Amino acid sequence: MRIPLLPALSARTVRVRVSVGLVAAVAGAVLLVPLLFPLDEQAVDMANKLHPPSWAHLFGTDDLGRDVLLRSVYGLRVSLLVGVVAALTATVIGTAVGAAAGASGGRVDRLVMRVVDVFSSVPHLLLGIFIVAMFRPGVWPVVISVGLTHWLSTARIVRAEVLSLRSRPYIDAAISGGASRWRVGVRHLLPGVLPQAGLAAVLMVPHAIWHESALSFLGLGLPTHRASLGNMIQDARGTLLAGDWWPTLFPGLFIIVPTLAIAGLAGVWRERINPRRRSELML
Amino acid sequence: MGERTVPGPAAALELRGVTAGYDRRAPVLRDVSLAVGAGEAVGLLGPSGCGKSTLARVSALLHRPYAGTVLLGGEEARGWRHRAPRAQRTAVGVVFQQPRLAADPRLTLAALLAEPLRATGRTDGIPARTAELAEEVGLGPELLGRRPHEVSDGQLQRACLARALVLRPRVLVCDEMTAMLDASTTAALVAVVERYRAGSGAALLAVGHDRVLLDRWCDRTVHYADLVSGAVTPGRRAPADTPAG
Repeated sequence: MRIPLLPALSARTVRVRVSVGLVAAVAGAVLLVPLLFPLDEQAVDMANKLHPPSWAHLFGTDDLGRDVLLRSVYGLRVSLLVGVVAALTATVIGTAVGAAAGASGGRVDRLVMRVVDVFSSVPHLLLGIFIVAMFRPGVWPVVISVGLTHWLSTARIVRAEVLSLRSRPYIDAAISGGASRWRVGVRHLLPGVLPQAGLAAVLMVPHAIWHESALSFLGLGLPTHRASLGNMIQDARGTLLAGDWWPTLFPGLFIIVPTLAIAGLAGVWRERINPRRRSELML
Repeated sequence: MGERTVPGPAAALELRGVTAGYDRRAPVLRDVSLAVGAGEAVGLLGPSGCGKSTLARVSALLHRPYAGTVLLGGEEARGWRHRAPRAQRTAVGVVFQQPRLAADPRLTLAALLAEPLRATGRTDGIPARTAELAEEVGLGPELLGRRPHEVSDGQLQRACLARALVLRPRVLVCDEMTAMLDASTTAALVAVVERYRAGSGAALLAVGHDRVLLDRWCDRTVHYADLVSGAVTPGRRAPADTPAG
């Protein structure tokens, strides 16, 4: 006789729970570790350099004897800050531009979307490097660089959604009821595009984290002493060739695991706002 | 156009030589003229896809025609959609064919009903006016807190009709209002419209393809084919014995 130890769960429920658990663990780590363990993540200990993972240093130490676990947590803190702020910046810009273009229509729409095309035709990492190079290294130039180069896709998504909403009879009904342009935009169009814009924002967080890492890896992001995931992987490049895998692997996992968790949540969200599902619920 | 005669005061709604559509080279409406007198109910019959809905949207100033003019109470329409003055836009109430598409899915029925009042800044006494209209169209208080996907088509169309009446329009345009509804809901909605018209003296343009319904509902029925090139002469309170077509 089989005794079920766990209630049967659908694959989707499992995915949601695992993703939520991972995101919660990551959020807890970046918020609590610096409070609970007031250790200096930049403390150099040359006597203990390049120790493999052990009980004293769970993730080992890097080529300057710094604890990889502690530095990874601090690095993730920076990466998440950059990721979330840059994604929000890009989403606000993209939603504003896309909504304005879609709601105005005609010549304004064509002009704005051609400008978007021009920006899109330049590789955005290159554009990001150009922006970063104008400032002194630090967190905020990276945020600005990623935020200013990633609103294009959101603008396209929001514009397409606004165009489709604009021709619905309920917009006609609102106009007939005396609603101003502003009211139609704020009351009917904006709430209609928020699920799509929100999904774009969530998907952009991991993307922005990767960008921060890429810029730091290229030596253009954060100052080199600052623990960031990109900096750590960049520093560990040399030791990887000597067979010391842990200074590269663990920061790498710190990028990949939150990315997968956030992408998992975004996937569930996307299923929920899928137009077909939505219309099935409505009819 | 040409030999039009409008006895008495100006028609509540008049279309003169309207050409409209979605492609300049192939307009849906060509040189259409129609007048609905004050207090008159006119039924407009026509086959599917002939342009009845476009005509209804032009009448409500929601679609800009390529040529021709629309007059409301003798006053020429001075713009279309948002460019129309608010007083002209709200003078025409519209009920659309599909309540699902005509209701913002995020608003509760109470919010849907009160939306025109909020949009025009008449926020005093919204709860009272909402409750009064809901009762008038037969929506129970328990339905008012629900969203469109939680009510039936008939209930939603009742709310859409209430929304069209909330600003007390002088002209009501019903575009296939009852096409998706059963007989009893149809009768109830028509009764609401007629009570409103009796109380307010508003004019009605009812667009549809159900000849029996429109003949019984309206003072006169015109066929879409007769509208072209001013073939129809408007009358005030014409007897219902002239079913066109």
